[in-house]
Amino acid sequence: MDILITGLLLGGTYALIAMGLNLQYGMARIMNLANGEMLVAGGFAAFWLYNAGQVSPLLTVFLVAPLAFALNWLIYRVMLLPLVRRAKSRGQLEVDSILATFGLSFVAVGLMLMAFGGDYFSYSYLARPVSFLGDTYALNRMVAFLAAVVICGALYLWLERSRAGMSIRAIAVAPESARLVGIDVPRLAAIAFALGGAVTAAGGALISSFLTLDASTGVVFTLKALIIVIMGGVGDVRGTIVAALLLGVMETFVAALIDPGLTLAAAYLLFILILLFRPQGLFGQRTT
Amino acid sequence: MAVPSSSTPVLSLRGATKRFGGLVAVNNLDFDVMEHQVMGLIGPNGSGKSTTLNLISGALRPSAGSILLRGAPITHLRAHAIARRGVARTFQLVRVLPSMTVLENIRAGAVFGHRRRWGHEADAFATQMAEKVGLAGKLAMRVSQLTYIDTKRVELARALASEPRVLLLDEWLAGLNPTELGEGIALVRRLRDEGRTILLVEHVMDAIRSLCDACVVMAAGAKIAEGTPDEVLSDPEVIRAYLGEEDA
Amino acid sequence: MTGQELRALILSTLALAAAAALPALGSSYWLTMGVTIAMYTVLATSWALFSGPTHYISLATAAFFGVGTYTTAIGIELLPYWTLLPIAAALGAVMAALVGFATLRLSGVYFVIFTLGLAEFVRQIITWVQNLTGQKGLYVLTDLTEKHIYWQLLGLAALVYLAGWLIARSRLGFALRIIGDDEEVARHVGIDTALAKIVLFMVPGAVAAVAGAMLAPRYIYIEPSLAFTPMLSFQVVIMALLGGTGRLWGAVVGVIPFTLLWEAISASFPNQTTLLLGVAFLVIVYLLPRGFVGLLEDARRRLGGGGW
Ligand SMILES: Nc1ncnc2c1ncn2[C@@H]1O[C@H](COP(=O)(O)OP(=O)(O)O)[C@@H](O)[C@H]1O
Ligand SMILES: [Mg+2]
Repeated sequence: MDILITGLLLGGTYALIAMGLNLQYGMARIMNLANGEMLVAGGFAAFWLYNAGQVSPLLTVFLVAPLAFALNWLIYRVMLLPLVRRAKSRGQLEVDSILATFGLSFVAVGLMLMAFGGDYFSYSYLARPVSFLGDTYALNRMVAFLAAVVICGALYLWLERSRAGMSIRAIAVAPESARLVGIDVPRLAAIAFALGGAVTAAGGALISSFLTLDASTGVVFTLKALIIVIMGGVGDVRGTIVAALLLGVMETFVAALIDPGLTLAAAYLLFILILLFRPQGLFGQRTT
Repeated sequence: MAVPSSSTPVLSLRGATKRFGGLVAVNNLDFDVMEHQVMGLIGPNGSGKSTTLNLISGALRPSAGSILLRGAPITHLRAHAIARRGVARTFQLVRVLPSMTVLENIRAGAVFGHRRRWGHEADAFATQMAEKVGLAGKLAMRVSQLTYIDTKRVELARALASEPRVLLLDEWLAGLNPTELGEGIALVRRLRDEGRTILLVEHVMDAIRSLCDACVVMAAGAKIAEGTPDEVLSDPEVIRAYLGEEDA
Repeated sequence: MTGQELRALILSTLALAAAAALPALGSSYWLTMGVTIAMYTVLATSWALFSGPTHYISLATAAFFGVGTYTTAIGIELLPYWTLLPIAAALGAVMAALVGFATLRLSGVYFVIFTLGLAEFVRQIITWVQNLTGQKGLYVLTDLTEKHIYWQLLGLAALVYLAGWLIARSRLGFALRIIGDDEEVARHVGIDTALAKIVLFMVPGAVAAVAGAMLAPRYIYIEPSLAFTPMLSFQVVIMALLGGTGRLWGAVVGVIPFTLLWEAISASFPNQTTLLLGVAFLVIVYLLPRGFVGLLEDARRRLGGGGW
């Protein structure tokens, strides 16, 4: 039981990160392999602010999110939009954006190594036990989970209700027709990409309150986020959340019952099963 | 495989249906194409003609119903397997292989299609098909240097190079100017005179009257008429379907 | 065989003979560099054989390589060294076929992600098994020296080039060019595109596993983090793309300068190799989308030369 709840708590934060990637891939159509580095950067900011001035990671989120939004917006306009423009086909854009974002990811890791060195970083924020349904859990995990729920919920409402959100969903479903009904696709794609980066960085700030990070762990989170997005279905918010919770629970089970060194292997196994049996995602319709 | 005889149709559709989400693009379609027959598939824009060809060629999988090639079901085969059994096609939006020469484009059909050839034999046959469609002398050109009608010829020659049992043409005559149209119709007529089995989607009425032995008319995914071109083109329901399109 | 092909054959034989004479220089530094360059040539050329025409980016090199290394590490106790190379090739090919079966029917993104995780997946499994059996690493003790490893790698390189040459002249090669141009057309002319890609992917799988098996004696002590370094996959991608995948000889044009640069950077700024990888990726995407080969061909065209 406590494994299940710990897993769900972890999955909640994963959902946030995967939502970020899903905004970027599902809506802006860029497979951002530097996503994990944005997360680590968010974590770094939280770590640094906490150590320097005891700033709560929950507050850091409000600082990190707009910064990450601006940075990702710039990345999209300056680096990715030219690739979108020059691509002759979806396939070419895919290859170009994979290579470019790999490049970004390594550059980011390189810069973070230079700035902060290769050490692990962690701090203890709200690291005290609370009891819930008869078991005890770390308070920081609970708080991070609740914050993730709030952010996910706000994002979901924004996508469902607001005009910009609906336009963004429209470009995800049918970019051509979206253009025809007068939606400024490049502008909204940039916003979706930037928003994805902001959400991921916020997730990083939250996750750093209970996980140990270092400059080169980003790729692990990228991989997990990718697996969640594919499992949940590209562009599918509900699917992403379910898949993230599933992955969180599965990882926690494997770590508790078999071996903590196998968490990524477990995620990967799940991914293989999805690819073989439901490549369109958990809730997707089989199209071809 | 069923024994082919003059009474077995080359191609049959039985209740073929394709849904895209809520939209039924092809609805319970039945028809047969006989050996040596040129069958026209006509109907207003968006009535499901291309989708029907896509179901036959395996580009899309039917949601329901079955498709038979000489009595044997091909419904659940993938496109390459269907091509090998003898279905070749052209595309409504021309698809040629941009990095290759005209000869190489055509050779693709000869090497991998229904009747497979290799080496000199493939080149010789591809050259022969190029001559048949009027591309003699352009074999070494890159397809990017060709005029529009010549790219259409390349596509047709590539389909012919596989020696298909049935040839699917999706608006092969669309977008040609009047002179080219005359040449195009003459070319398809020659294929018809060779006794080929052809299913063609067409909008050009002259072409339909002069080329087709029979026609199937589609509207909103369903078959609304079938018969000789003269019969179907004077059918009131068909006229209404086409007029309805003009209103919209 | 045409005159052009004959000339290419003579040239490549000469190049191979010259390369084989490297140990005669007697410099251990250059012999070590030779091993590194030969290894990357083998890996990058076989990588480009697959990724050039299909445009799929494989990050599975490290996984295949590690499996090969472990084949030697485990097998050396039981079997003569020479039988281990074909076994490694078979294991690599089978693994590639399985990966291909799971992913190559889907879009390129799935393939990248899958291969990105593969090395880490295998590494975690091996580490776990070793923890269960209470064993940390494996010793590979042979009397093979650096020189022998170098010559073996050269032989493997010759085989890779031969395979590339043969594939280009085969139906498979033609099918791949068609797939590279338009996959929809490829299917409709009767090409089983998934099968063609899977078969082709087995080539780099087998080659990388053999390379790993050949290099195991050099490491002497094998442990998972050494055999499955994810960096290897990225370096191979960069070298191949930097050289250009349009030609068989393209990869080696990227391998030599990048290896030298890599060595120089890691000697003087050991912490900046990650940054170098990143910058190299960006250079490829924004400045050299067709690699050095593309640059050379453009230059030739501008100088008025037509064909080769
Ligand atoms: N891949 C697809 N996904 C969704 N809808 C499609 C797809 N292909 C065709 N359609 C729809 O199916 C209907 C029939 O299209 P089509 O077969 O191309 O018509 P036609 O060739 O007769 O003009 C149209 O409404 C079209 O928008
Ligand atoms: Mg159509």
